[in-house]
Amino acid sequence: MTEMNMVGAINDALHLEMERDDDVMVLGEDVGVNEGVFRITEGLLDKFGEDRVRDTPLAESGIVGVSIGLALYGMKPVAEVQFMGFMWPAVDQLSSHASRYRNRSRGQYNVPMVLRAPYGGGVKALEHHSESFESVLAHIPGLKVVIPSTPKDAKGLLISSIRDPDPVVFLEPKKLYRAFKQDVSEEIFTEELGKARVVQEGEDITLVGWGAMVPKMVKAADHVSGEGISAEVIDLRTIYPYDEETVHESLRKTGRLLVVQEAPRTLGFGSEVVSRAVKKEMLSMKSPPMRATGFDVPFPLYKMEDWAIPDVDRIVKKIREAIGW
Amino acid sequence: MGIELEKPESPDMIQILDKDGELVGEEPDMDEETLKEMYWWMFYARKADEKALKMQRQGRMGTFAPIEGQEAAQIGASVAMKDDDWLVPAFRELGTYLERGVGLEKNYQYFMGDVRGNEIPEGVNNLPIAVPVSTQIPHAVGLAWAMKIKGDEGAVLTIFGDGATSEGDFHEGLNFGGVLNVPVVFFCQNNQWAISVPLEKQTASDTIAQKAHAYGFPGVYVDGNDVLAVYEATKTALKRAREGKGPTLVEALTYRLSMHTTADDPTRYRSQEELDEWKEKDPLKRFRIYLKDKGIWTERWQEELEKKAKKKIDEAVKAAESIEEHSVEEMFEHMFSEMPKDMRDQMEYLKRSLEEKEIEEEQVEIKEGFP
Repeated sequence: MTEMNMVGAINDALHLEMERDDDVMVLGEDVGVNEGVFRITEGLLDKFGEDRVRDTPLAESGIVGVSIGLALYGMKPVAEVQFMGFMWPAVDQLSSHASRYRNRSRGQYNVPMVLRAPYGGGVKALEHHSESFESVLAHIPGLKVVIPSTPKDAKGLLISSIRDPDPVVFLEPKKLYRAFKQDVSEEIFTEELGKARVVQEGEDITLVGWGAMVPKMVKAADHVSGEGISAEVIDLRTIYPYDEETVHESLRKTGRLLVVQEAPRTLGFGSEVVSRAVKKEMLSMKSPPMRATGFDVPFPLYKMEDWAIPDVDRIVKKIREAIGW
Repeated sequence: MGIELEKPESPDMIQILDKDGELVGEEPDMDEETLKEMYWWMFYARKADEKALKMQRQGRMGTFAPIEGQEAAQIGASVAMKDDDWLVPAFRELGTYLERGVGLEKNYQYFMGDVRGNEIPEGVNNLPIAVPVSTQIPHAVGLAWAMKIKGDEGAVLTIFGDGATSEGDFHEGLNFGGVLNVPVVFFCQNNQWAISVPLEKQTASDTIAQKAHAYGFPGVYVDGNDVLAVYEATKTALKRAREGKGPTLVEALTYRLSMHTTADDPTRYRSQEELDEWKEKDPLKRFRIYLKDKGIWTERWQEELEKKAKKKIDEAVKAAESIEEHSVEEMFEHMFSEMPKDMRDQMEYLKRSLEEKEIEEEQVEIKEGFP
């Protein structure tokens, strides 16, 4: 075991998979010589050379489009878009092609690529550097959307994403990149895609979230435990495919649901979680499902960013509201 | 008979002042006042940029994109513009904003994380900063098209960097500009580095200027550290645009002496030798020598400018740092001409939760550590 933060764990996963499989390669802006603006790709260019670690022109649609071609021909590209806010030009390639080649060719072709991007706010960044539109990507049929919240999960989930035969968007909550360290095995290991993780068990309410909201949910659960409320915390880890079973099993026990999402409120992934819960677990529910979310405004410049993201206070108030229903 | 396939020829670089301030091209017909103005704006922009970097290092300002070394490109372009022309900027154009009449306090405010810094003063024809690279280029074409349809005077100038020329919006914007034959000047500040990616990894073209030929209009390649050459080229391109002859691509070859943004460390990817070489080509230095040779620049005048710049910068810092705090309303206002009820409800919820706030998140420790 080695203590790693999330940056180190992702870097470790890339090193291990590139050593294991010559078809795995990395491409994107500043991923080579500069080793990534967050140093995610440290040491890769030196070890694997420019054919497999490539600084590309500044063009997100190009990066993803070229990756699709590489993947179709048998490479396993791990592409990077530097910030999720700049992903929009690439969304065309994702939705028009990466997600469709298998279906369009009746299984004859597939696109085993990963698109990595840091996402989310809370780091006092410039405009377009703090967005969370994971629900848009989950809405595209044919894409898997993976979001780790710990170093260990980041490593295991990225290795699984690279080995997955279909396109995976791997979103990294940049607020958590260096937030804490964790003991992580130096060996290769995988974490199954599409499986949520019960972070802590509880009896009275189920808190569901992903990415940088997970530590906030844990803090809120800690806080309300002093008030005699026992909260179960679930980290989805993959938002598509959605692990309904783990969430619903919890709901059958607690009877209450609060989804915490950093993204704007309307049509965030929380809407899907709530909708499924209402359909299948209505009779288990003791209170209406609730959400603590961002607001329907563009992510603001940093003087207002603390307002934009759900905080522990807002999560605690929602928990109390659900319990007191 | 075989077909010969050859790389296209690239244009020669236009230069009026060489790196030592020697006249090597045709001297433009400019009065002393304009020359002095140009020098002032270049000098002021550099000092304002230096101060911003200091404040960022002191934690008084957020991430921003320094302009050091690009003053001639920015001031040469904006001085060539007329007031009824429109500026469509990217995000590394402090000099241009200042010369166009956006106060320094607004620029500082923006990089202090305050969206009110984006407000454009009455009568200044600028669009606000556009961060996603190259995305503003088609907007410039749209403005120019509207100008043409309405029969208005003027032209549009849009600024972007070398990295932007790899994006689809650059190519789509230039193609529309050519097809519609509208009054627009595409101004590329080629500072040769898109964060850590050098020009030769950005494009296989020898110059960016030659890309214009593919869209059916002229491309001009100028020394971007020579304010006179930039001014002449931009003025000519704007005049051509106003005369209804269509777009021009101006490539101003310059160099980013500082970091991409304050979050960047350029020593990771480029050499001290290269940096030193470009410091020798400093745009302010060569222009000062030229002005001194003409008897315009004196030590005493320089002292006056230093004093004037310091005073203006101090005032701007004070204004930016003493602005009243945001109200919650400001996060929700300006989304639509009228606020929908749904948004008003969200705003009221946030106001209420801030008023009733009892837990400060930073003070909450996770007892067992994060699982």
